[in-house]
Amino acid sequence: MRKVSKAAKAWDRGFRVLAAIGAASPAVFLAAIAAIVLVESIPTIRFMGFHFLTETRWDMGNLYGALTHRNGITAPAGATYGALVFIVGTLLSSIIALLIAVPVSVATALVLAYRVRGPLGFLLNILVELLAGIPSVVIGLWGILVLVPWIANAFAPFLKSILGFIPFFGGQTGTGYSLLASGIVLAMMTVPIITATTRDLLQQVPVLAREGGLGIGMTSWEVVRYIALPYIREGFIGAVALGWGRAMGETMAVLMVSGNATNILPQNLYSPISTMAAFIANQLDSAETDASGMAVHALSELALILLVITLATNLVARWLVRPRRREGVMAS
Amino acid sequence: MRRRRRKWKGALGWALAWLGFALVLFGLIDLVGSVLWQGLRSFRFSMLFQPTQGIAGGLENAILGTFELVLIGVVFAAPLGVLGGIFTSEFASPRLAAAIRFVAEVLSGVPSIVIGYFGYLLLVLHFHWGFSALAGGVALTLIMLPYILRTTDTSLQQVPLLQREAAWALGMTRTQAILKTVWRPAASGMATGLLLAIAIGLGETAPLLYTAGWNSNNPSLALTHSQVGYLTYVAYTYLDEPYAQARQLAYAAGFVLLMLILIIQLVVRFVVWRSSARGGRSAA
Repeated sequence: MRKVSKAAKAWDRGFRVLAAIGAASPAVFLAAIAAIVLVESIPTIRFMGFHFLTETRWDMGNLYGALTHRNGITAPAGATYGALVFIVGTLLSSIIALLIAVPVSVATALVLAYRVRGPLGFLLNILVELLAGIPSVVIGLWGILVLVPWIANAFAPFLKSILGFIPFFGGQTGTGYSLLASGIVLAMMTVPIITATTRDLLQQVPVLAREGGLGIGMTSWEVVRYIALPYIREGFIGAVALGWGRAMGETMAVLMVSGNATNILPQNLYSPISTMAAFIANQLDSAETDASGMAVHALSELALILLVITLATNLVARWLVRPRRREGVMAS
Repeated sequence: MRRRRRKWKGALGWALAWLGFALVLFGLIDLVGSVLWQGLRSFRFSMLFQPTQGIAGGLENAILGTFELVLIGVVFAAPLGVLGGIFTSEFASPRLAAAIRFVAEVLSGVPSIVIGYFGYLLLVLHFHWGFSALAGGVALTLIMLPYILRTTDTSLQQVPLLQREAAWALGMTRTQAILKTVWRPAASGMATGLLLAIAIGLGETAPLLYTAGWNSNNPSLALTHSQVGYLTYVAYTYLDEPYAQARQLAYAAGFVLLMLILIIQLVVRFVVWRSSARGGRSAA
């Protein structure tokens, strides 16, 4: 019998090292992203302290005037960086997106998992997956072409006329570039994520459990309501958290339809807003023009907060959807 | 009475489910339809062979720039991702593999604008590359890498252990087994993942805003210190211009982009469907 040659063994070892480098690269990149964004935001953290999170005014200061010094940091006179508007915008728009996307996704997943099969089911599955692949700029394009005019002309007045007595629904209906438009556009982008995960979860519900339900005389809807949905509950919450993280980090579509409000908190559903991600994308020019470099550091802190929030939701989501063994059918 | 109420409840529930489903389909069709329709009306074939001039002109520079950026992204992301996927599936212990998968998932959850801003801070400012093809390409690498890693890993995981054991029994080292036999059944899945990663890269904007810049000339071969144009930038920026010509260019850019991505997606699905219909492995 021939032995494994030395050369083959050396190859094996070399390839293993190469593969390990590839496998380590995501961790390296992740650490690099976190480190760079953190280091670059230290000047703003020292300059603003907690006021970064609680103030609504974001002002670059007088870029061509005198400089001020505070806490050992030099900034343009009058500069103040308060991110509350963007944090609120991010949270509100993503929550509105979830309020729309969650019921719609559950409905779609139920239909895809239990109601269509064969070639038709295959086709419909593909269509929903296609939605996930559409670039956000194109969704933003649709937002400007179709959604914003529709909100301004029809939907916002309609909502106001029937729900206007509730504070957040009344008031000026605005131009359509709004919190509502951002929420709907974000819903378009989270629906495929939540739907795909939920559909997979629903397909994992044991057939025996479902047939057992039918066997004791439940209607097919009751099987869904009392057996399938409770069975997937934790995973489903994870899927929602995953979609939420995506919605908060989404940039372009929101940037295009949000109205890019600064320094003012949204008054109602129809007010323009801005999110952290959209604001960063929007501020390239000011980052380039601020000679003191504070704008770059301030945006960096915004990126840091966004990173922390999305990572936190992601971690919770992964923890909830992690694959696990189940004891009994009804153990939920 | 009670039975009838339960029946009605069931009918109502399923009706609502179908309604939600119809809403999603309607949204998708309205989206694709209106963007394609507007794009078709604004698209001219001459746009493919003309660079942008001021607010009008063509898309040649943007199309070439997009391809250049995605190419650079793939050149970095594909080897790293494929090797990483191989390591995760073939060499790592279960716990290490779970850790790598977890980190890759977390990286794919980092908002794309944060990746773009990271590229700006590190590559554009610290490394003094300026807005450039290389900086944009590296930003795209970070987007594509976790995706390629995961699809490589999943398609290798679907290869039965028996095939590896047969190769080891012939006296192959693990590396030889992977490079000579194990990769073959997984190849279609890996290719699918790569193509979908390219589709993702084509459609990205946020990571490029801060790294690639914009250029109305065709991309040069310089990797650094030379800005590059790309399609999504046209679609985003020119829409805000008050001129009809500029907006037409934006619609046309969205149209070209959507067509490219739809074609890739449909080709991939079709291939997957064909191979699964033939009793082959369903991929990724």
